[in-house]
Amino acid sequence: MRSETGFDPYLYQRFPTQEERPPEEEEGLRRIWCAPKGWEYLTVVNNNYVGIFYLGTAFLFFLLAGVLALLMRVQLAAPLMEVLPQATYNQVFTMHGTVMMFLFAVPMVEAAGVLLLPQMLAARDLPFPRLSAYAFWAYAVGGLAFFASLFVGLAPDGGWFMYPPYTSKAYSPGINADFWLLGIGFIEISAIAGAIEIIVGVLRTRAPGMSLDKMPIFAWAMLVFAVMIIIAFPSVILATLLLEIERAFNWSFFDAARGGDPVLWQHLFWFFGHPEVYIIFLPAAGMMSMIIPTVARTELVGYRLIVLAMIATGFISFGVWAHHMFTVGLPPMTTGFFSAASMAVSLPAGIQVFSWIATLAIGRPRFNAPGLFVLGSIVIFVTGGLTGVMVALVPFDWQAHDTYFIVAHLHYVLIGGMVFPLFAAMYYWIPMVSSRAMSERLAKWVFGLMFTGMNVAFMPMHLAGLMGMPRRVYTYLPGSGWDMLNLISTVGAFLFAFGVLLFLIDLARNFRMAPGGGNAGNVYGAGSLEWLPTELYSTRSIPVVKSREPLWDDPKISDDVEQGRYFLPRSATGLRETIVTSPLLAEPQYVQIMPGPSVWPLVAAIFTAFFFLALTVQAYMFGLASGVITVMAMLRWLSETDRPIAQDEVDIGAGIMVPTYMTGPRSHGWWAMVILMIVMAMISAMAMFGLAFLWSNQPGFWTPPASLGGGIPIALGYGLVVAAAVSCRWLHRMGKNWAVAPVLLAGLAAPLLTWLDIRMWSAVLAPDASGQGAAVFAILSLQGTVAAIGVLFAAYLGWRSLRGLITPTGNSTLDLACLFIGYCGAQGLVGTIFTRAVGA
Amino acid sequence: MGNNTSLQAALGGWPPAVLDPAGPYAEPVTRLAWALLLGGTGVLLIVLTALAVALWGKPALRTRLGGDRAIWIGGVAFPGVVLTALLVWGLWLTGSLQATAAQPGEMRVKVTGEMWWWRVTYLGERGEPVIRDANELHVPIGQPVLLELESADVLHSFWVPRLAGKMDMIPGRRNLLRIRADRPGTYGGQCAEYCGGAHALMGFVVVAHTPESFARWRAERLAPPRPASGRGPELFLASGCAGCHTVRGTPANGTAGPDLTHVGARRSLGAGILPNNRGTLAGWIADSQTIKPGNRMPNYKQFSPDDLNALADYMESLK
Repeated sequence: MRSETGFDPYLYQRFPTQEERPPEEEEGLRRIWCAPKGWEYLTVVNNNYVGIFYLGTAFLFFLLAGVLALLMRVQLAAPLMEVLPQATYNQVFTMHGTVMMFLFAVPMVEAAGVLLLPQMLAARDLPFPRLSAYAFWAYAVGGLAFFASLFVGLAPDGGWFMYPPYTSKAYSPGINADFWLLGIGFIEISAIAGAIEIIVGVLRTRAPGMSLDKMPIFAWAMLVFAVMIIIAFPSVILATLLLEIERAFNWSFFDAARGGDPVLWQHLFWFFGHPEVYIIFLPAAGMMSMIIPTVARTELVGYRLIVLAMIATGFISFGVWAHHMFTVGLPPMTTGFFSAASMAVSLPAGIQVFSWIATLAIGRPRFNAPGLFVLGSIVIFVTGGLTGVMVALVPFDWQAHDTYFIVAHLHYVLIGGMVFPLFAAMYYWIPMVSSRAMSERLAKWVFGLMFTGMNVAFMPMHLAGLMGMPRRVYTYLPGSGWDMLNLISTVGAFLFAFGVLLFLIDLARNFRMAPGGGNAGNVYGAGSLEWLPTELYSTRSIPVVKSREPLWDDPKISDDVEQGRYFLPRSATGLRETIVTSPLLAEPQYVQIMPGPSVWPLVAAIFTAFFFLALTVQAYMFGLASGVITVMAMLRWLSETDRPIAQDEVDIGAGIMVPTYMTGPRSHGWWAMVILMIVMAMISAMAMFGLAFLWSNQPGFWTPPASLGGGIPIALGYGLVVAAAVSCRWLHRMGKNWAVAPVLLAGLAAPLLTWLDIRMWSAVLAPDASGQGAAVFAILSLQGTVAAIGVLFAAYLGWRSLRGLITPTGNSTLDLACLFIGYCGAQGLVGTIFTRAVGA
Repeated sequence: MGNNTSLQAALGGWPPAVLDPAGPYAEPVTRLAWALLLGGTGVLLIVLTALAVALWGKPALRTRLGGDRAIWIGGVAFPGVVLTALLVWGLWLTGSLQATAAQPGEMRVKVTGEMWWWRVTYLGERGEPVIRDANELHVPIGQPVLLELESADVLHSFWVPRLAGKMDMIPGRRNLLRIRADRPGTYGGQCAEYCGGAHALMGFVVVAHTPESFARWRAERLAPPRPASGRGPELFLASGCAGCHTVRGTPANGTAGPDLTHVGARRSLGAGILPNNRGTLAGWIADSQTIKPGNRMPNYKQFSPDDLNALADYMESLK
């Protein structure tokens, strides 16, 4: 047998152990992972609770955005209706799209990951529980406040795509557009936080022996999903920042009259926006691939092909964004490339669909609630995929683009590819967190109404589009020939809504939250680990995984796990803990101490939301105060981490000893920091793309950049920052007690370098002078922001150093600060040269 | 030419506009659309059949469907072949339909999207403006016409489905679109890129003439304007209308709104949303904000019924 870390795989044969476990072990686990009471529900960080809160909130947004859809359908039921006035309708359709995409779809699948992944991987929790709690609260508070803008008529009305120049100050002078830009801001932060959590969770907290090829397919889907968020979201983060800066400070990124270009927004938005569709689809497809084998009572056909298909989808999805821009007037070479990529992305989708059909074919499928919804999903999704191929063809898209044909297409894809799998998933996994399962009898009605309603609502829209009906119209005139089609669509929408209502009734009747044991259990007879008996600490012991469906292949596993015959049948350190395993073969590496409940993530999240909302309503002092409180709360939360642990090594079962602390590239914190650096590098890269794009499209507005000669000393300075950060780790390992000094100095020096660079540029160009000025100063501002965070890191590191919390072995904080400050120097170095090189 | 006065009769109804092409820049796309719609339906039926076999088929069939080979055939090989063929068709068609620079002697018209109407400028040989109009485009049948699409404010998209696919109008850029109508008639369209407020009410018509009829229309437009006098023109000049509108041959030379020199000859009012007659003209002047909320023209409720009639008469006389 191979080994990845030097761990001897023969040790797995010691499990299940035979001796009786002392009864106090289980009591210990219960005490350490105890359930919240009363107000403690607000400070809870355990994934069982946060996951359910998260799912519930996301589902609430599904209902709210659904109500908006019904309002629109009433308005469009007949020509010249006056249910929603023009301005309101434009806000409502904007909010429907925005809420469905940003507040429902992405958070919903992320929440499903938070709830399900630890159980599927048999971890006690995700590696950063407080980060999950923060991500949830920031999203819930901010999302609800954002939605409330609709009730005071201040909701954005620029469409979920927010194209400038309509969304610029000149055409949208109110704060409606700011609500969108800043409102989406914290949702992006929350999505990134969740993605970091999921990547590290999937790669580092799997049960021992669960090598990548034995990982549940949902975990694969969530891994690809999270990586895609890391790559795609920076683009929209940057885009929203730029547009908000343009609105607030009149810097011209998108104003063609001043050297900007509205098409730049479209590139930045769709570089995020199309991967977003697969970001939503892949986790749902992962759920399908979990549910279908259970429904068919057989193992998944084509597991490896599906994994490959998911990875391929992730890759290809970053080469299709311009298919939203076929009518912009791009050259045929460009549209041809994106057309080809858009068609290619249907191959991995085809692989998954045929894998599902194959699994049903060799199995003995059941027509239970999850079964009906997965079948409905296949039918609807395939229909949407076929119209997707149609619009991938440039000449057909010239006709179909921005018509109701597209409205039909995207709803087939998203309802078939995400909503139906989600309902299947809710029926399927509710018994895991509720003491009662849902009603199978009612489920047939729910499914029937939703499936019929969906097709009645959206099938006629294809025709309406071909008859010339554009999207985003608040009304239409009599005699257009669209009346009957629209009336049918409205009837369909209400059928669908009635199905959802029945589901809610069923939910109210049967959902009884039971995260800490006493759940309805494995009612569908699934084979994956989340159906092991669990309490709040997850499973009593963490099994050795030998196959993809351990519960099917080892009938005794549930009992063995419950009797504590596997890994970590107790809390070895008396704290919350889980096993961190190696990324490929999942060999146990060390025990991670996990943080418990805390009020600080909640405080930080609430004030993050306040910060963005205050900026929106231009209450700058309140915003500043909220920002300061957020940072303080985060530092307070951080200060409790990375503390010395009494035992250096602990027995995790069967005499296997592992350390309780690890630093460097093997530690989970290192992984998270590296992912964060990728996010920052992507934001920076997109900003540099913006500069280069404006240079190639608006050369007439270009002025000679600041001199390269002047930039070289600054670049060298940034180089020294990198060198200091690297040497610091090295010095620390050599045992020098002054090792933190260079990185402290580097952290403080970086903003000075940025300040020098800003002065140099100010002499040649103003930020509001042209697109070039705006883009250069945007890059400098990003650098300034990173450098400012670097100062916080340095200050925190200095504080810990003074408190004696940087010890020869306990140096994670030092490592991570060095990584961040080193990254800051590297970004500065590249930016200094790049800004001077473009158009020199 | 029919008696269609409103855009919707020109646009809507059966058969669907996209499937009822009236010129060589729309027709090949219609062929492609039919191939896609029928082919797509066929593939859907195949997948549904496969699904039905998987659920209820004979065991032998189900075993065949239940392996990696079926996944490769259904998920990779079959779509791979079909999509490659489609891609070649699509690329070829894209190349042949994408508008190129103006040919010598070709008719050129600049269409500028504005919130929420269309400024139409017929260009001369050297690109100079020759005829100014709004919200409708007159073309001779059988001749390609090159449209130069621009925007004065936000994004718009020009789309007359029976003549060609749509093309965006983007500030700072000029996009080209070529159309040709092969039969006389009125072809409707509507702004396809969300442009805020009254986006839903931003219609357009292309009127295709026989060569003789087009020559007559052109001569009328190029003829020197007839002098007008009376209460209507006086009110027009005195009430501020001239601040935004031009009527050639009078002191009215505003350019913020549509040129009204030939407003009486237009087929519709308010960018394709009302038939054009005395009643609708008077109604539009008095209360355009109810008819088309958010449009840039204020209501003129101060006019007495007589004044309104005089103004409407004047507008109607501007043929």
